[in-house]
Amino acid sequence: MKWGVVSFPGSLDDRDALFALRDVLGQDAISLWHKDETLDGVECVVLPGGFSYGDYLRTGAIARFAPIMQSVARFAADGGLVIGICNGFQILCEAHLLPGALTRNRSLSFVCDWVTLRVDNSKTAFTRAARDGELLRLPIKHGEGLYVAPEDDLRAMEERGQVILRYVDESGRDSDESNPNGSMHAIAGVANERFNVFGLMPHPEHAVEPMLGGDDGLRLFRSIIESAS
Amino acid sequence: MSSVAVAVAGEPKVDLEQARAHGLSADEYRRIEQLLDRTPTFTELGVFSVMWSEHCSYKSSRRHLKMLPSRNELVVQGPGENAGAIDIGDGWLAVFKIESHNHPSFVEPYQGAATGVGGIIRDIFTMGARPIANLDSLKFGSFEHPRTRYLLGGVVGGIGGYGNCVGVPTVGGEVMFDPAYNENILVNAFCLGLARKGELFSAKAQGVGNPVLYVGSATGRDGIHGASLLASAEFDATSESKRPTVQVGDPFTEKLLIEACLEAMKTGAIVAIQDMGAAGLTSSSSEMAGRGGLGIELDLDRVPLREAGLTPYEMLLSESQERMLLVAERGREHELQHVFEKWDLHAVVIGHITGDARWRALFRGQTVADIPVAALTDEAPIYDRPAAPPATPKPRITASQSHPAPGEALRRLLDSPNVASKRWVYRQYDCLVQGNTVVEPGSDAAVLRIKGSRRGLALKVDSNPRACALDPYLGAIATVCEAARNVACAGARPIGMTDCLNYGNPERPEIMWQFVRGVEGIRDAALALDTPVISGNVSFYNETEGHAIPPTPTIAIVGVLDDVTRRVTQFFKRPGDKILLARTSRPSLAASEYEELFGATSETRLEPIDLAREKALLGALVAAAGQGLISSAHDVSEGGLAVTLAEACFNSKSVLGAEVDQDSGELGSADFLFGEGPSSVVLSAAVENIDRLRDIFAGHEIECVTIGTVTERGKLKIGSAINEDVSELWQIYEQALPKRLER
Repeated sequence: MKWGVVSFPGSLDDRDALFALRDVLGQDAISLWHKDETLDGVECVVLPGGFSYGDYLRTGAIARFAPIMQSVARFAADGGLVIGICNGFQILCEAHLLPGALTRNRSLSFVCDWVTLRVDNSKTAFTRAARDGELLRLPIKHGEGLYVAPEDDLRAMEERGQVILRYVDESGRDSDESNPNGSMHAIAGVANERFNVFGLMPHPEHAVEPMLGGDDGLRLFRSIIESAS
Repeated sequence: MSSVAVAVAGEPKVDLEQARAHGLSADEYRRIEQLLDRTPTFTELGVFSVMWSEHCSYKSSRRHLKMLPSRNELVVQGPGENAGAIDIGDGWLAVFKIESHNHPSFVEPYQGAATGVGGIIRDIFTMGARPIANLDSLKFGSFEHPRTRYLLGGVVGGIGGYGNCVGVPTVGGEVMFDPAYNENILVNAFCLGLARKGELFSAKAQGVGNPVLYVGSATGRDGIHGASLLASAEFDATSESKRPTVQVGDPFTEKLLIEACLEAMKTGAIVAIQDMGAAGLTSSSSEMAGRGGLGIELDLDRVPLREAGLTPYEMLLSESQERMLLVAERGREHELQHVFEKWDLHAVVIGHITGDARWRALFRGQTVADIPVAALTDEAPIYDRPAAPPATPKPRITASQSHPAPGEALRRLLDSPNVASKRWVYRQYDCLVQGNTVVEPGSDAAVLRIKGSRRGLALKVDSNPRACALDPYLGAIATVCEAARNVACAGARPIGMTDCLNYGNPERPEIMWQFVRGVEGIRDAALALDTPVISGNVSFYNETEGHAIPPTPTIAIVGVLDDVTRRVTQFFKRPGDKILLARTSRPSLAASEYEELFGATSETRLEPIDLAREKALLGALVAAAGQGLISSAHDVSEGGLAVTLAEACFNSKSVLGAEVDQDSGELGSADFLFGEGPSSVVLSAAVENIDRLRDIFAGHEIECVTIGTVTERGKLKIGSAINEDVSELWQIYEQALPKRLER
């Protein structure tokens, strides 16, 4: 399947996402430049982690205006698959392709750590290779990952199954202690109502080889590959 | 030859008093007049003051640094360029360096630390290497000091804020708290990059007529006199007012610079490249010309400015960050400009290389500075400052009334900020970006894989100021050995090092003596271990109102694993594994954390390290790891054997225990339990590997004895002296920093 990984100025994990897709998963993955408008026929767009435009105004706030984002919005409106990781998730929220917003961590500090996540909807294009309730170990590294949305919206999202990943402890329960950034409803990843756009704060592209501390990230990428075929 | 340079309208008058205000001595001012055969302009005086500052000229240290070994068959680039480079095999070069940013970080902790990280990263990609890992060595005052928490928060925030945003993982480091650093903290930043063999870049100008390009951020008024007045003078009550001399970092622009420079290097149009670090445009232009034996002419009207109205003096001395100076092949500057435009960066031709060996700056059509290049570089003053040991040796720490029972002592040591987990610090750093980190912070050394190769790199930065305070020579040796041992504990062969030499005021003979003895120690250890010093940095004047820091040579060592899958961590892996102790000497409490907490037990002095035996110990560790015989290896350092055993039990996958039952009279003694080396390592290994493991150590003539067993019971039991619950110890160890910082 053909993937496109967008590089904004200040993107950092774009190279890692390309490595995971090409070298680990053997996929056809191309780099997409923020100044371009063409998506070159890709079947899935990856918005990678990093600090696009330095995150100087507000995370993701400038990147949403990049020329390529108009094409990404059209691609999503046509039902194309889009996954935003960390800064990519923040950009998708700023672009209103996903509900809610990501704000400063409860601790007010950047946090880099491995966390346990529970898959709460395995019927999506991004999680079909996993089971409902399955636990994944993935790393997080962000300063602004506290997910917020109006309580009414959250209730509706929960009912529709849009909350895909949640921070939990090793036994699979979400608690204040297992929530690394204070996200509402312990939300780590959400999809849009059509389930073709997915954003998550954890980094699946950094968990694709046992040597790197784990390979649970493959589960998400393999789900997308299965969905496309 | 006399030259002509005109004063800029409104410039202050130049005389001896003005020269003194610039940190120059009367002798130095006279020498400038002789070299120019006239009175310098104000602009020229500024240029001389930064280039002849201790920070840029190494005038007090240069003659001593020459004694450090910097070559062997693997060294591709030694000192003299922006960073050193060493061949690690498979066509790769490791390019690395460490640098201090002490004074800026004390005056303005966030930006001081951030720009320290930014500066060292630029030194690495300037060489044509992609930066892949950072380490930081940090020294703060005691937690009781009112500024410590502010400084710690600011420095850690700055390192994270810059490193995380620029996309270079911070994979390790060290943090120490000691009242000796209350008024002068240390921030030493290390960066390592990878370059392909044969693709290194140089900062040596070539080709008369070649254009000089200015790349990156515009020039502002920040950082003026950072090198001369801030870094090359002691602190006093007015130091706070020097905050404007601290630069402000922009990691986003640095990230663009990394990508743009690495891409521009592929065009083949770059002749030479150097970052504008300390002394900015002045040092980068004069040093590049000096290395090539050529001259350079700068047209200051073309320098991109952040605001209008900067004087030539300000432009030349600004230390605005994220700027590079390039010499391009004539006629190919457009190829480079095309790449930098793609990354939305300035790339402006601001001058050219000349054949007259003069450093010349033009402003509004007039020459405002005209100086022989050599006067700024090779002919800068060099001093042979007097060195003498202090008349009265430092008083020893006096013994406390009573020493606690061993179990209580262990708990108090694990609660000491110097021993405790530094998770609060490293959790704020991205250690994963670029996808190479295979041993994360928290173990002895960080390990990185090299994509497309079986090899790996182990990195460790160390210092031991308490040992250096007791004996600056033996302490420096101990520091080198400890860093090397940590790297070997990960299974890697130490191949080279970089040093950051932090000392007080070199104009005082006792400080100069500490420095010279420290360099001699590093020399002897580097020779014995065959780990050449390929780059480094000297930071003098680390003192406030006459109180100097303890001598603190910080050493970073890089090691190579031939097979990265054979890497070893410090954590016990399996119940039933045997625990072994490999060592070359008896443990001693001298300069230990135990002594710091509870007072000296007796008249102690540092034991010399037998360097030949240290080398044998490293060889045995690397050989045993290479054959896959070791489950874990952990260097005995802060807190001694008892702490080392406890830390080895803190395996994040499952809490393990240890039972040390060796029938030995030593077991209950404080020396044995809490002495800090020298040269001891705790290993664990599967029962079936013990014989082969002991054969390897016997072959290297190193004592390696079984002292106990890894258990699944979660208890740490050392003879009848210690019997503690590992989970409780771990809790103490993890909470020590958070409870002091989050109150």
